[in-house]
Amino acid sequence: MATLEIARQSATRGGITGALPLKDTFEVAKLIDVSKCIGCKACQTACLEWNDLRETVGVNVGVYDNPHDLTENSWTLMRYTEWDNPETGRLEWLIRKDGCMHCADPGCLKACPSPGAIVQYTNGIVDFQKDACIGCGYCVKGCPFNIPRISKATEKAYKCTLCVDRVSVGQGPACAKACPTQAISFGTKAQMKDLAQKRIKDLTSRGYKNAGLYDPPGVGGTHVMYVLHHADKPQVYASLPGNDVKISPVVELWKGVTKYAGMGLIAFAAVAGAVHHLIVGANRVTEHDEQEGKKTLDGKIKESA
Amino acid sequence: MSDGFRPQVSRYTTGARLNHWVTAISLILLAISGLALFHPSLFGLTALFGGGSNTRALHPWIGVVLFFSFLGLFFRFWKLNLWNKDDAKWMANLDSVMKGDEEKVPEIGKYNAGQKMVFWGMSILILALITSGVVIWDQYFYAYTTIDQKRIAVLVHAVCGIGAITIWIVHVYAAIWVRGTISAMTKGTVTAGWAYRHHRKWLREEARNKATPAE
Ligand code: HEM
Ligand code: SF4
Ligand code: SF4
Repeated sequence: MATLEIARQSATRGGITGALPLKDTFEVAKLIDVSKCIGCKACQTACLEWNDLRETVGVNVGVYDNPHDLTENSWTLMRYTEWDNPETGRLEWLIRKDGCMHCADPGCLKACPSPGAIVQYTNGIVDFQKDACIGCGYCVKGCPFNIPRISKATEKAYKCTLCVDRVSVGQGPACAKACPTQAISFGTKAQMKDLAQKRIKDLTSRGYKNAGLYDPPGVGGTHVMYVLHHADKPQVYASLPGNDVKISPVVELWKGVTKYAGMGLIAFAAVAGAVHHLIVGANRVTEHDEQEGKKTLDGKIKESA
Repeated sequence: MSDGFRPQVSRYTTGARLNHWVTAISLILLAISGLALFHPSLFGLTALFGGGSNTRALHPWIGVVLFFSFLGLFFRFWKLNLWNKDDAKWMANLDSVMKGDEEKVPEIGKYNAGQKMVFWGMSILILALITSGVVIWDQYFYAYTTIDQKRIAVLVHAVCGIGAITIWIVHVYAAIWVRGTISAMTKGTVTAGWAYRHHRKWLREEARNKATPAE
């Protein structure tokens, strides 16, 4: 995207232009208002259409989720939960549009070993670059939301692009455009937070006392946010990670101290060898050793003969 | 004594040497391809394997070759690498060993404690590498483990890979520092002097049963 600046990219110190900060005034966000969603899947269809993707015909196992999980072609998926609210005793039908959250601190980008295969633009969009992707699946391990999928056919990783190609020319994402109830909004992150507050006020006034915004701080906030009627229990929405979600400590360890300590250890071993050789010198077999060796060999031969 | 007249002692059969070279080459290829994915500054090494995707695809297959090849070495050598009381003495005299002053160190059989530690260290690490490697071999085994398990496996794999590379450096350095060692792997023989200096107990055994082929 020629019109977008890169803030960070995978396996590269800083960004290509040297770690640009995300720009507050420029940061975009998609706000998904779960309370307004009717589960029609127009967004899912719009995503397939805009990105020119086809999903294979699946199998009906008696649930609405179709396909059953995100795939390399389905970058967004409506997940349906029938939740028995223990406080009210009422059955609630919860519908969540799943997909990439466009984390401010993306675990996928941190884990990716291929320079430039994952980029984050200064507007907050996290995008996979097919050409540089090597299909290793490290992003799958890095992502705390279980989003990226590797295609068996192309052996590359895929996920929602936040319609970066549309956004860079001033359009909103295809899903937002298609939604008939305006459950999906798009704008600057500041605007979307304001809008969320209005919606939360409305929901609170209608008895959803735990209504709130899902913008988890553990990943630096996200550029796809949810308005949830039960923001105190994100898990009830088809296992959305809790508000304290963050990049797995195992991933932080793998991509953090292991890298430095590992390179350090290897360098140390090599240098220690060189230094040892310089100090002690080669360990050579002496003429005396050869004579004694021959004697040992001959002597014993006589003995055993 | 002129060079050509140095009596030689057979240390490795052709089979053992072939087995060793297959292991050595696959380990080096694994180290290079693994390091390329381990640290961004080394990603350029993927060019040696025809790019990042090929590196990613080839590495585990070379791992399978290494595993079976090392298994061969393991069954050839494990008995000779069992720990015995000489090894404790050798360890106690490590400072003399490091100075190359082996006259002060008790006589040693076919392998010294350092070599045994390389052997067992590699055995454990290669077992851990194949196990964790299969868990993160997403192309074929993605469905069998959870993402949490894969995260642990990739960390274990990276740590064990670094461990194996470090042991490999020690192993290769020892072979270079102790002159006259490399012929054991190129020709299968060492000079009697080399054996006398570094593995005297083994030399005495060899002298006693010259009829038995070496392994
Ligand atoms: C024994 C069988 C082995 C298997 C099945 C295996 C498999 C794998 C797999 C699947 C990966 C992920 C990247 C990819 O898909 O290529 C990987 C990465 C790696 N492997 Fe192996 N491997 C093996 C042995 C080794 C050995 C012997 C070493 C070291 C000498 C090694 C060092 C590494 C390193 C350093 C990485 C990168 C880890 C990271 O990115 O942090 N592997 N291996
Ligand atoms: S949700 Fe996952 S794939 Fe999307 S930006 Fe965050 S870490 Fe990356
Ligand atoms: S699969 Fe592609 S995008 Fe994901 S971590 Fe590997 S190279 Fe990066």
